[in-house]
Amino acid sequence: MAQSEQGELIDGVHYHKHDVVIVGAGGAGMRAAIEAGPQVSTAVISKLYPTRSHTGAAQGGMAAALANVEEDNWEWHTYDTVKGGDYLVDQDAAEILAKEAIDAVIDLENMGLPFNRTPEGRIDQRRFGGHTREHGKAPVRRACYAADRTGHMILQTLYQNCVKHGINFFNEFYVLDLLMTEVKGETRPAGVVAYELATGELHVFQGKSIIFATGGFGKIFKTTSNAHTLTGDGVGIMWRKGLPLEDMEFFQFHPTGLAGLGILLSEAARGEGAILRNSDGERFMERYAPTIKDLAPRDIVARSMATEIREGRGAGPYKDYLYLDITHLEPAVIDAKLPDITEFARTYLGVEPYTEPVPVLPTAHYAMGGIPTTNDAEVLRSNTETVPGLYAAGECACVSVHGSNRLGTNSLLDINVFGKRAGNNAAAYAKKADWVALPKDPTAGVRKLLDHVRSGDGSERIAVIRRELQEAMDRNAQVFRTDDSLREVGDLIKTLRARYRNVQVQDKGKRFNTDLLEAVELGFLLDLAEVVVYSARNRKESRGAHMREDYPKRDDENLMVHTMAYLTGDAESAVADDHIKLDWKPVVITNYPPTERKY
Amino acid sequence: MASDVLEKGGPRAHDVVPTFTVTMIVRRFDPEVDNEPRWVDYDLQMHGTDRVLDALHKIKWEIDGSLAFRRSCAHGVCGSDAMRINGRNRLACKTLLKDLDISKPIYIEALKGLPLEKDLIVDMEPFFDSFREVQPFLMSSSKPKDGKERLQSSEERARFDDTTKCILCAACTSSCPVFWTDGQYFGPAAIVNAHRFIFDSRDEGSQVRMDILNDREGVWRCRTTFNCTDACPRGIQVTQAIAEVKQAIMRGKP
Repeated sequence: MAQSEQGELIDGVHYHKHDVVIVGAGGAGMRAAIEAGPQVSTAVISKLYPTRSHTGAAQGGMAAALANVEEDNWEWHTYDTVKGGDYLVDQDAAEILAKEAIDAVIDLENMGLPFNRTPEGRIDQRRFGGHTREHGKAPVRRACYAADRTGHMILQTLYQNCVKHGINFFNEFYVLDLLMTEVKGETRPAGVVAYELATGELHVFQGKSIIFATGGFGKIFKTTSNAHTLTGDGVGIMWRKGLPLEDMEFFQFHPTGLAGLGILLSEAARGEGAILRNSDGERFMERYAPTIKDLAPRDIVARSMATEIREGRGAGPYKDYLYLDITHLEPAVIDAKLPDITEFARTYLGVEPYTEPVPVLPTAHYAMGGIPTTNDAEVLRSNTETVPGLYAAGECACVSVHGSNRLGTNSLLDINVFGKRAGNNAAAYAKKADWVALPKDPTAGVRKLLDHVRSGDGSERIAVIRRELQEAMDRNAQVFRTDDSLREVGDLIKTLRARYRNVQVQDKGKRFNTDLLEAVELGFLLDLAEVVVYSARNRKESRGAHMREDYPKRDDENLMVHTMAYLTGDAESAVADDHIKLDWKPVVITNYPPTERKY
Repeated sequence: MASDVLEKGGPRAHDVVPTFTVTMIVRRFDPEVDNEPRWVDYDLQMHGTDRVLDALHKIKWEIDGSLAFRRSCAHGVCGSDAMRINGRNRLACKTLLKDLDISKPIYIEALKGLPLEKDLIVDMEPFFDSFREVQPFLMSSSKPKDGKERLQSSEERARFDDTTKCILCAACTSSCPVFWTDGQYFGPAAIVNAHRFIFDSRDEGSQVRMDILNDREGVWRCRTTFNCTDACPRGIQVTQAIAEVKQAIMRGKP
């Protein structure tokens, strides 16, 4: 470990102490670090090198009503976010997101982010799905971008600024437990325990404030734009600690993944004029969203694509994909604005996007749900009570600014706005708070977890269980869901959780034991998939990304509420009913009563 | 069945490029067991558009779970899985097996020039140390008064576009013969990241970085062998960027 210090070594465990401990070094974690670092002692712990984080794979842009290229304002952005989320968005949070977007973009530019520019030298902006002028009248240019590498530029810029501020990074440290101690009858965070991949040694990080910024869990699905490492560890740790998870049934399927691979092709393509076509060459989105067509929100486009395929209008020899057509765009425009995604099509499918349409299919992309937080990024332990000193931001969190369907370009925004809030609030809290004592034998939980994973009879392969889970989730819990399909995948998860107890870890060593890592990750995937399916079965309506064919209508009267899932009872029981309890949390409504969602 | 329509999809490249058998010869090293690295053969059944990363996963997931390598995004943007593939530095997730000569064994080994940790994993810290040394962040003493963005023309922005693409995978630096023999040399990636700021019209720290790179271990060690340019998975004209930094140092300004 060349980074930072080794900490104090006691009985083979390294002990570190920092005012603010941030778990995760993607956009949200590093944005938080840039705020907290200059104020108080701050450590960032990540299972990857920071520049490997999946923020870097985001492509199209970051929304902010700068009005650099046409009239726009943050109120329109708020409205679009609320409507895009099918009215499950907390409207006060959406207002913060849209208002603070403007400073968030300026902050990044001032930090050095190389945005594309207008002829006047201002930050250029382009169209994106669901972002409109005057409450839905027409698409608006709101996405600030750097070619189709906006996430890459954000990740690099944030890392560069962390280097500038001398932030302490602990890279390839895998956080496996959140330590909680009872203080005056209240459970409070005391630190985290991490497994150092290079050595297999354990580290305890004591912190006054802890921020989780651990990203999503798209690897519960087979076809996904998510990295292999997006296994929901942070969300899973919170769950195992008995903290609630919100709106887990809402998972976004991005319309344009490379067919068969799931690699993302940015919505920016459609923002720049690309058209989705079926086997007849028809621009089918005209039928589903007559006003904004291909720029409808992602849930609507993904469902429309699935419907086209079901009704026999899919393309290709097996009629099982659709086309993204950019052949009418000038190659110079494609090279300037969409260089990476065209390269993906060439590299991975051997398709030349200048002249041929690209085969695409929806791909699991983004968890709208996650760790419930207040607008100040404080983690909630119930509908109203927070856990003092514990924060979450980014995809792992649920504020909720995305409701039941996130708009494109609002996630790069989310990580910046709420990452910054988390960093500032965590630093402020650490300045006034006392240290919370570590529990006795703080690594006991992690040692038990690792022993558990290592101690099975070895009859089950990690990759086999994971593949069965992912295939069943794609088959039964994807764009369309029914009670039957969810029951089927729920039953399978039950058996997989039982089989997981006998998982085989072949690598018995200490150094870079990625076999052990994958086994632990699989445990989190199984836990989270169970909550996703259980919550989805319970929501008997169709809203945003959650489409129940047996309940095709939105039910505002009864179900315009967030799901809150709690782990109760025996976490290892295979039967979900034995250990998951669901509750509801009201949606915050300010200015926008729910209306029918048309585009 | 709910969304089975989307589940099986794909352009069926598998049908176009049939299943084939390939031999992978991987340089394994476990410091807890081995005194020195050893080459291990794996015969694998692979398909159509499979990448080298898919083959490594097949070994890890079906044959030997102890095989260690880094990977994350699996489509060439995170920079985790740079390694030597048939003697050339490439990203495993961006190298399709069918584009290699699969009639012969494919040799896989860790990047050269960085300390070997285990199998395909090297210690990246020396690489990131060099990156950090060139002060890779925008230096500017002022902020725009109106609380808005700094202005920059599209031409000014284009001047350093190529070097903004760097994903810090280390493919370039660890392909450089100068770096192999002199680990003190900053290496191409650090110079690329210095270039990214030296030629950014908003930056005021060019002189600092040019002084750093005018050092004995700086740009003048470059022997323009172009290995770095060939190795870059992002297509950055690395050698040219280094040449531009050399010229800037000689001119005394960007």
